[in-house]
Amino acid sequence: MAAQPAKQQVFRQGLRAVAPMLPGVIPFGMTAGIAALEAGLDPLTGFGMSLIIFAGAAQLVVAQLIADGALPVIVVLTALIINLRMVMYSASIAPYLGHLPVHWKMPLAYLLTDQAYALSITHFQHGQMAGGPRHWFYLGAALPLWVIWLLATVLGVWLGSAVPPSWQVGFALPLVFLVLLVPVIRDRPSTVAAIAGGGIALAAHDAPYHLGLTIGAVTGVVSGVSAELLLHRRGSAE
Amino acid sequence: MSTGVVWALICIIGLGTFLLRLSGIQLLGGRTLPDAVMRTLRYVPAAVIAAIVVPAIVNGGPEPGFTLENTRLLAGVIAAGVAWSTRSVLATLGTGMGSLWLLEWLL
Repeated sequence: MAAQPAKQQVFRQGLRAVAPMLPGVIPFGMTAGIAALEAGLDPLTGFGMSLIIFAGAAQLVVAQLIADGALPVIVVLTALIINLRMVMYSASIAPYLGHLPVHWKMPLAYLLTDQAYALSITHFQHGQMAGGPRHWFYLGAALPLWVIWLLATVLGVWLGSAVPPSWQVGFALPLVFLVLLVPVIRDRPSTVAAIAGGGIALAAHDAPYHLGLTIGAVTGVVSGVSAELLLHRRGSAE
Repeated sequence: MSTGVVWALICIIGLGTFLLRLSGIQLLGGRTLPDAVMRTLRYVPAAVIAAIVVPAIVNGGPEPGFTLENTRLLAGVIAAGVAWSTRSVLATLGTGMGSLWLLEWLL
């Protein structure tokens, strides 16, 4: 037997990697809980969103769309557009987790988040670990995010009614996403994608059926791909 | 929207999101996606997150639009600077909410 790190040891490596990210999850999760209450949903429904959807950005936008009285089909479409980035994460991490049996892949997929993906892919690509129980690192990074997310949502739906509207806690949503936006703007095409996405979503604010976000997102992706092709043709791609 | 419709929405979005998360891991196994698909997907996070953030900052508050009375816009610009330089959720939340409250109190 080659000396492979024990799974407990690898799991603890994942825990150590995710630890600095956990404090930021608390206000974000609380905001998700409060947003559900502000949309007129009861606390149990707010918690159900965190447990069943388990995706902060989508949950906050869904709560807002429900509050605005959007059509159900638009709510589903917008939520899935927001979560489309999970396909990229899932495809990019597949070489490291794809060989596992399905009873592993399903829970690991459920736990896939921006943070768990970012930590794991960095560790798998640059870490020393070839083969071995790599999925235990992923689990160590992903599981605490899930636990803290649910606890923070409970705190949010519990305290939510006690928070005065003048605090404008809804403003926490764009603040948290500002931080998530920084690392995904890596080069000129992704800068173009972000500017087009944000600008068009803003311009399309009064679009019918609350489609502004979707129109902005699709325009942003198309602009990013076009910018990459143009830069590549000019021979100045990064 | 009735409670039943809301729960149905939550379940449909939850199932859809789970399938999006499972897609690559389950269907690809150890293989990778074609280059053109992966290239398109690479721009999804930047485009989607910007499409969420910009309207929420500019139009989210009681004074929407590009005016000096829009405290969320001013606080959002300050917070964007902090997010860019620190990449810290806590520092960005602290500065953003702090400057919003300060501006509300001043103006």
